[in-house]
Amino acid sequence: MAEVAREKKLPVDDKVHTWPHLVRMEFLCALFVLVGLTLWALVVDAPLEEAANPTRTPNPSKAPWYFLGLQEMLVYFDPWHAGVVLPSLIIVGLMVVPFIDINPKGNGYYCFKDRKWEILTFVFGFHILWVSMIIIGTFFRGPGWNLFWPWQKWDPHKVVALTNVDLPYLVGFRNYWWSAVFSLVMIGGYFVAAISGFYLFVLKIKGKEFLERWGMVRFSIVAALIALMFSLPAKMALRLLFNVKYVLVTPWINI
Amino acid sequence: MSLFDKIKTDIVESHVWRSIFRHGYEDTPRNRVMMVTANVFLHLHPAKVRRHAVRMRFTWCMGGLTFLMFLVTVVTGIYLMFYYRPVAEYAYADMKYLEFDMPFGMLMRNMHRWSAHAMIVFVWLHMFRVFLTGSYKPPREFNWIVGVLLLVLTLLLSFTGYLLPWDQLAIWAVTVGSNMARATPLLGYEGPFADFVGANPIYDARAFLFGGGEIGPHTLLRFYILHCIFIPLVASILMAVHFWRIRRDGFSGPSL
Repeated sequence: MAEVAREKKLPVDDKVHTWPHLVRMEFLCALFVLVGLTLWALVVDAPLEEAANPTRTPNPSKAPWYFLGLQEMLVYFDPWHAGVVLPSLIIVGLMVVPFIDINPKGNGYYCFKDRKWEILTFVFGFHILWVSMIIIGTFFRGPGWNLFWPWQKWDPHKVVALTNVDLPYLVGFRNYWWSAVFSLVMIGGYFVAAISGFYLFVLKIKGKEFLERWGMVRFSIVAALIALMFSLPAKMALRLLFNVKYVLVTPWINI
Repeated sequence: MSLFDKIKTDIVESHVWRSIFRHGYEDTPRNRVMMVTANVFLHLHPAKVRRHAVRMRFTWCMGGLTFLMFLVTVVTGIYLMFYYRPVAEYAYADMKYLEFDMPFGMLMRNMHRWSAHAMIVFVWLHMFRVFLTGSYKPPREFNWIVGVLLLVLTLLLSFTGYLLPWDQLAIWAVTVGSNMARATPLLGYEGPFADFVGANPIYDARAFLFGGGEIGPHTLLRFYILHCIFIPLVASILMAVHFWRIRRDGFSGPSL
């Protein structure tokens, strides 16, 4: 319809009356969901355990399910990082999305082809990292935050060998200062590699002209956020493959 | 004219009726517009919308349903507030009382809890849909930011409500969740560089959240006020901004 109108240079009327078209749709959706919610609430009771007892800690103690992704990250990072810095970065990272995405295409319609990398990044961060961590934390963690299959019995006395060591120790450093220098080089190296890798990737996918249009500030923000996002799977790989506890150990912070 | 029609005419043409309802119900273009513009609630919408906004396949209806879930929690929450005292001695007993003695108490509590969880799922799906359609692109950048804030507030609303039953599940889930605050760099006593600012267990970010060094009666009252007054108020203001912006900028859709 729009094409015909454009050819004939007619003003396009793409609009319909809110009443009844939109209001009817909203009403039906609301009705459907309210009926479903009521039936669900009639059948499934909200949990209520025994009265609060600050002297008896349940094992495991789990946060509400929507925060279990963060609790699961505690396995790989210390609380100040997994519980404070990374969540703040997620919020900030979401907020800057409209300002770092300068692709004018795909504004207001579904389109994978023109926005492949944007959508893949979002899906990676949201579905792969956030949602799957919640699923692991909810269904696969038992006493002592140890891994259990959902059908396995939770054994509170499960013995798990504590074989994790710090990365500098693993590669042979025994002196504190040399370990610290090595750690800082490793972390610096990770960021240099991630950011330059990202630069080359954008150059290859989008071209030099795009990078110039994107600008230094936008590129730096996105590169830093991408590097930080991939630091989670990187640390997970180090832990799961090489039993690395920390990469950097100092009296103040451990990473 | 039958008696019924006569009574009807007398009513709808009365001074009182016409002061409330300013237009008829016949299906005319004028009345269709008036239905929206003359109604404070429907007036959240523009009188006409683009075809896209009507299609469920485009919107998934998730933003509206998130708001619906918020309304359900408000209505059921007010009902629960009549029977619940945010005092450590009474809170758990009130939960039991509410479940077993109050008419529809269990149903109201169930609906409150499940709609709160549904609200979180819906708001995540809403964000995903808005990302997929690129609806945060100009001119809607600022509304995306407001949306992110509302997402965070939704999580905080649910989290503060989690403590109120005052059972084992509540205090330990909130303890685990709030323990992050004591690890805040500089501001939490177990966080990096806490010594430099002098944070300690009774004077740090978590103590501010708890109203004391440990989770206790003071925390219950604090979370109750955050849950029932403060966060809903802030969220309502942001929702007004969010909806108003959608109305000003129009629903997103492909350019013509």
